[in-house]
Amino acid sequence: MNAPRRDRLCAVLLLAVVLPLAGCREKQSSLAPKSHQARDIASLFWWMMGGAWLGLALVVGLLFWSWKRRNRRGFRDDTEGPKPGEQASWYVVVGLGIAMPIAVISTLFVISDLFVIKTTQAPAATATKMTVEVIGHQWWWEVRYPGTPAVTANEVHIPVRTPVRIVATTADVIHSFWVPQLNRKIDTIPGRRNAIELYADAPGRYRGACAEFCGLQHAHMDLYIFAEPEDAFRKWLEDESQPAAAPSGDAAAEGARVFQDGSCSSCHAIRGTDANSDVGPDLTHVGSRTTLAAVTIPNGDSSLRDWIIDNQHIKPGNQMPDIRLPSSQLDALVAYLENLK
Amino acid sequence: MAIATPPTPAAAQRMDRLEVMWQSRPGVLGWLTTTDHKRIGLLYFWTTLVLFGAGGVEALLIRTQLAQPNEHVVSPETYDQLFTMHGITMIFFFIIPMTTGAFGNYLIPLMIGARDMAFPRMNALSFWIFLASALFIYTSLFMGSAPNAGWFDYVPLASKEFNPGRNIDFYALGIIFNSISSTLTAGQFIVTIFKSRAPGMSFNRMPLFCFAFLAASFGLLFALPALSADTIFLFLDRNVHTHFFDPSHGGSVLLWQHLFWIFGHPEVYILIVPAFGIATSIIPAFTQRKVVAFPLVAVAELLVVFVGFGVWAHHMYAVGMSTISMVFFAAGTAMVVIPSTIQVFAWCMSFVTGTARFKTPLLFIAGFIFMFVTGGLTGIMFVAIPFDQQVTDTYFIVAHFHYIIFGAAVFPIFGGMYYWFPKVTGKLYYELPGQISFWILFVGTNLLFFPMHIVGLLGMTRRVSTYPDGLGWTAYNLAETIGGFVTLAGILLLLGNLFYSYLRAPAAGPDPWHGPTLEWTTSSPPPDYDYAVIPRVSSAYPNWDPVDREFDRRNLADGVLVLERGHEQPAVTPVDARFDEIVQMPHESPWPPILALALSLVFLMLVIGRYGVAGIMGIFCLLALAGWHSTEPQEQ
Repeated sequence: MNAPRRDRLCAVLLLAVVLPLAGCREKQSSLAPKSHQARDIASLFWWMMGGAWLGLALVVGLLFWSWKRRNRRGFRDDTEGPKPGEQASWYVVVGLGIAMPIAVISTLFVISDLFVIKTTQAPAATATKMTVEVIGHQWWWEVRYPGTPAVTANEVHIPVRTPVRIVATTADVIHSFWVPQLNRKIDTIPGRRNAIELYADAPGRYRGACAEFCGLQHAHMDLYIFAEPEDAFRKWLEDESQPAAAPSGDAAAEGARVFQDGSCSSCHAIRGTDANSDVGPDLTHVGSRTTLAAVTIPNGDSSLRDWIIDNQHIKPGNQMPDIRLPSSQLDALVAYLENLK
Repeated sequence: MAIATPPTPAAAQRMDRLEVMWQSRPGVLGWLTTTDHKRIGLLYFWTTLVLFGAGGVEALLIRTQLAQPNEHVVSPETYDQLFTMHGITMIFFFIIPMTTGAFGNYLIPLMIGARDMAFPRMNALSFWIFLASALFIYTSLFMGSAPNAGWFDYVPLASKEFNPGRNIDFYALGIIFNSISSTLTAGQFIVTIFKSRAPGMSFNRMPLFCFAFLAASFGLLFALPALSADTIFLFLDRNVHTHFFDPSHGGSVLLWQHLFWIFGHPEVYILIVPAFGIATSIIPAFTQRKVVAFPLVAVAELLVVFVGFGVWAHHMYAVGMSTISMVFFAAGTAMVVIPSTIQVFAWCMSFVTGTARFKTPLLFIAGFIFMFVTGGLTGIMFVAIPFDQQVTDTYFIVAHFHYIIFGAAVFPIFGGMYYWFPKVTGKLYYELPGQISFWILFVGTNLLFFPMHIVGLLGMTRRVSTYPDGLGWTAYNLAETIGGFVTLAGILLLLGNLFYSYLRAPAAGPDPWHGPTLEWTTSSPPPDYDYAVIPRVSSAYPNWDPVDREFDRRNLADGVLVLERGHEQPAVTPVDARFDEIVQMPHESPWPPILALALSLVFLMLVIGRYGVAGIMGIFCLLALAGWHSTEPQEQ
């Protein structure tokens, strides 16, 4: 066996993990923790990985040793009787095969499942100052702030350095809410209310994803967590709780009419208007969101337009039909929606 | 068998009669009606090889789609069907039937000195049902409605509400159909291993290969009912509006997951334990030493399956279970490590203290140990519940279980293909291309699966049909895809080498490796009756006992213990292997394939919702059984 070369190869591969990923705008990495929970899990991993490399080195070393001794006594001689090293081999099997794993794994078990688990387990309802409800849909996230009328989608704003209890539920199938830089994941199970704590060390935008296979567009069911200073968060929540502003200007007013009379209002809600369906995402403040369709495309005039007329191409199988509109109406609709800040 | 002394005329007459007694019918009809464990093993081998090809094509399509971010090689719907069929195919239609069906069928009777499995017709039935279930489930792919909710098939995604097509009905019925075959095989192995061993092969003298298959068979027998119950509930929920998995009517979606993983985790050990058996057959042959710590390894093979029944919920740490139940299953996960480490160090020490010859089969076993240890070490990490909850459903898990399933189950299958190639074909294989094929496969699989650890840690989730650029995943995914095609090249070289060797290579003789077990005492390929005389066994390495082999040769020359008066083989007491009785074995029969055909019509009618017609087909099944019963063993 070619053990040294293999070890060097592994070392290179390992370095690739450790090296900061230059050129990446953003991360969804469990190895770039931004909370004490994620940090505990990451350091648990680094220790386990160190141990794993030692274990692998031990086995590769034994195989390499046998390769050095290959053909040593020539082929086809003494297959009878006890071989030299029988006794020593038993010691190795019992020592390394039974005693060592018991010691190592018991240690791992105690550290991770009795101590680290305390920081990552679901928080009690009263343990945090604040609760946010996240509801999985095929294939987007509905976000509600209990005690306020605020409803948004695919973007969760939280105050920084504050434990927030996320209650994760589902409107249809099983999804899994996961923001690896902040904490482990939690499934959304029909008929259950699961919870997880989110805490962010620093202000910033953290990428998350649905981690449980949930159908056609499972790949396009991502979300962002925005951790903001307390003041900014309060301001955002207040704005988000307001009903939609009245359309300003003719185009926007025309767009509002198209929205209400056309098919849009049969699925979407805009608080402060007659549209109040909860099939698709709440669009009350859609203009203030950074992306559309669960982080599938960036938000903006042209992408919103593309989405309305061509969403089945952008995100095939999503539950919104392509909307056919005369271009004047489409312009008006886009103007209206983009102004819903 | 090398005949040292010419047989007496009486012995020669007995041998001729034995020949006639066990002769297979010629031609296609012979293969259709065969009950010969070797022929059934070969039928399994070729069928599963084709299915391995199908699963491999699915895998390469998946990797092609994921080679670049935002790729559109296949649609999301096709992608979902591909990864679902890949999982189902590799688990239910490749590894299980390849190890138990092909290797087990061909080798178990040879290793225990028997002439056939305990229930040869049931054995044939289990093959034909397996073939029918494979055709059944692949029919769905060609109809464009293959299962599309993953091999784990979680409800409610798999419920009628979210999956109204026939896709999941094919899944549920295909799995039930396939488990009939697996159950028959498992029961068959248990009885064969307990009752059909050569007199003298007491439990402590049984090859480790047989311990492994015994463990896998018990595992299947106890794990499959959970899966069958689960898929039957699913079929009923979807088609007759029961509410097993419907929380709005008091059902539970987690019931599906629990039952699935009560089957699914033991299944992992059922997949790899036969591979352990292959490894423990190859190691003594190529190190020319008895396996270190034999009794510990034998117990570990049984224990790994037993403890494997107590760890299932570690697949479900993210569903929001109470901490105390998670800790219980984490402790189980910790315990199941011990039987594995025992075996790893026993294998390694056998390498070290033996005279290792790194020929192709042993290279594959060394590669298997490397892959198994790598996958096992990441497996130990799942004892840490918070870490498991972080990486579950990411590519880290995909990396972990492919190291186990490809590395630890398929590498020994490849090694075993080389190792027993001379026995099955009577030809040697070419060594140099064999070794090259190993190195290509070793590099290819590591390039394919190792980067998956990294992208998983970097946040890439499983079962995504595409992924965005700019998250640091792109280069790793490209490397994985390249690794996938390197692996393909290795497999093609391996098969090409064996095929060319079959045509051109020199004859192997009965025992090219000086192998330890009984199959190396008979000719290559073995005669229809496997052993002309019932072999004498007084250790776990009978081919290394020259006194016993000389004894057999004398028996052969004198025509003793030939058992040529019918389709006969001895049965023994289960533990001590004391001679019990002579059993009349059934001969070839057309009824197993006929029954399998009738049964597949039942399943076809069920999947299209014609329950009445299915009932009529069920009557055909009963008629076939009646026909079967009317032709019990022909006494001659």
